[in-house]
Amino acid sequence: MHRHRNTATVLSVLSMGLGQLYNRQFLKGILLLLVEAAGLLYFLPRLGEAIWGVVTLGDKPLHMEKIGGKMVPVADHSIQLLINGLIVLLIFAIFIWIYISNVRDAYRTGKHRDEGGAPASFKDTMHFTLDKRFPQLLLTLPGISILFLTIMPIIMAILLAFTNYSAPNHIPPAKLVDWVGFQTFNDLLSLKTWSHTFYGVFTWTVIWAIIATVTTYFGGLLVALLIDQKDIKFKGLWRTLFIVPYAIPQLISLLIMRNLFNGQFGPINQYLGYFGLGGLPWLTDPFWAKVTVILVNMWVGIPVSMVLILGVLTAIPKDLYEAADVDGATPFQKLRIITLPFVLFATAPVLIMQFAGNINNFNVIFLLTNGDPVKGDYQYAGATDLLVTWLYKLTLTQSKFNMASAIGIIIFLVVASLSIWSYRRSKSYKEEDMIQ
Amino acid sequence: MSQKSRGVFRLTLSYLIILILAVCALYPAVWVLFSSLRPGSSLFAPTFFPENPTLDHFKELFTNPSFQYGTWYLNTLKIATVTMILSTLLTTISMYALSRFRFKGRKNILTLMLILGMFPSFMSMVAVYILLLQLNLLDTHTALILVYSSGSVLGGFIVKGFYDTIPRSLDEAARIDGASHFTIFWRIMLPLSRPMLTYIALTTFTGAWVDFIFARLVLRSKENWTLAVGMWDMVANFQNSNFTMFAAGAVLIAIPIMILFAFLQKFLVQGLTAGASKG
Repeated sequence: MHRHRNTATVLSVLSMGLGQLYNRQFLKGILLLLVEAAGLLYFLPRLGEAIWGVVTLGDKPLHMEKIGGKMVPVADHSIQLLINGLIVLLIFAIFIWIYISNVRDAYRTGKHRDEGGAPASFKDTMHFTLDKRFPQLLLTLPGISILFLTIMPIIMAILLAFTNYSAPNHIPPAKLVDWVGFQTFNDLLSLKTWSHTFYGVFTWTVIWAIIATVTTYFGGLLVALLIDQKDIKFKGLWRTLFIVPYAIPQLISLLIMRNLFNGQFGPINQYLGYFGLGGLPWLTDPFWAKVTVILVNMWVGIPVSMVLILGVLTAIPKDLYEAADVDGATPFQKLRIITLPFVLFATAPVLIMQFAGNINNFNVIFLLTNGDPVKGDYQYAGATDLLVTWLYKLTLTQSKFNMASAIGIIIFLVVASLSIWSYRRSKSYKEEDMIQ
Repeated sequence: MSQKSRGVFRLTLSYLIILILAVCALYPAVWVLFSSLRPGSSLFAPTFFPENPTLDHFKELFTNPSFQYGTWYLNTLKIATVTMILSTLLTTISMYALSRFRFKGRKNILTLMLILGMFPSFMSMVAVYILLLQLNLLDTHTALILVYSSGSVLGGFIVKGFYDTIPRSLDEAARIDGASHFTIFWRIMLPLSRPMLTYIALTTFTGAWVDFIFARLVLRSKENWTLAVGMWDMVANFQNSNFTMFAAGAVLIAIPIMILFAFLQKFLVQGLTAGASKG
């Protein structure tokens, strides 16, 4: 007896909602029919052009055309074609997904009826969704916003790396942009002028990220443990004082730091002078500029880790410590066996995110040194430039979009492989349900 | 006896380190405050405490016709507040769902979010710009709010880590008593996560307050600028000639944020589950 399930499935494939109507779920069926109608109205005029635009990136460069008796400049804007095409295709993917779910729903309800059950009423469906599909419901809104404002731009940026979208020869609407395959990567990694800069900047980025993450995380841990000791008085006061660097907007504090470390007039060199020491070229010497950014990053980053770790410390169940006291554990043992594992467990993903964040730490470098001091043999980069600040300069001041995207992809590949590997090894991934 | 003297030594050392750290933490803020009160306009100062302190630089910020400091201030406040509300909401509900429920595709979503967080945000800048152009949202505050809020979700792993540590027995007990998922979330989990909500609210607020790169890309007309763009412009064009005025502007930007922090920081570090799961 497969009568109902077959009929319902075939009807749903023909048009969304028909199967549901057949199954006597009228409200659901009508809603789905409306979705289908809206989809057809939206896609019929757009889908073909979208695919054509993404595949060809346009075929007419800037030229004059007669529109309404007047000569008007007309051009295929390759980049707009690409982005419009992407949007339409993404919405189409969502539409297809709804379509498939609709067919599966019709099949399931039909099967239920074949086995002698009654189709679920609209109220039942709502109830089921609220109860069993609650997490999916919560995730819908954030999901949509991420899909269009994060995922779509990233896909777009990745695609740009495989085009020749760069100044001076391929900037629309005057000129067309074309797909060029891996040519950009080839240039970046093996063309002498680019590769020298790339390897130099890359090495410094890795060194920077490791030092910056380790110093701020363990600095924050130390400070947190320091003021969390039982017999330290005025805990609230100390916490407030240490949060001050975190409370000052980074833009402001970094610009202040830039003045503090000013080689000529800055107070730091002034004080060094009082002790009879010569001033240091904090921002102008390649080596000292690197030291400065790391020091300043500690000042900016330690309070963040401290607040985070203090928060975790209060979440440690007090009975663990009471039990340890009964067993006669020393303070150091309590720290090693209870506090540290707990803190590391709760913050492991954050630590990884901080590492990734430091590889992409734009603010500290850009606002403090602007990537300078300039290196003569680099392509548009300086001694403290990270890959991201270099990418930024290539995008906004040099309009080498394809090169910038290629660098972005390489940053991503490094960070992603590293992070996924360590994240999967971290306890909080494997034993997520440890503390229950 | 030796154990006691060791304790005294440890305590003294702790206080000493704390004091040194406190001086380091406060020095730049105090220095810029004093600079804003100093007459003249140069960076170099012969003394740490200003001689003949003056408030002229603060007045000048609001009277100088080339700066619309007041307008920028209101713009920034508006953007940061709406962003804070939206992103706290989005982050909390998504991380709650990802932490407390087990459903198909959950691990994939987590991995995908981690991956997305690893792309340098400037990489997608061009695409976001073109997208906003298509939607006619360039030079609007809505665009900034949308982008900041959706971006903040990816940084919400701290919230997930927090929900992971709340004992599962709490919601199981509530389920047995017949509470719906929504009731559990609203009546049990949200009150418990107040410190975390505060943390997220503060970070998203300051994030929107300080961001100047994206704001500079989107906001074209001067009356739509945020403080960050305006201050950056001031530094880029006038820093060496007018450092003390920059200092005054910096003080006015930092003060509300610091008051907010002082007011809310107790939430950051409050006892959370203490007592919730006992008995």
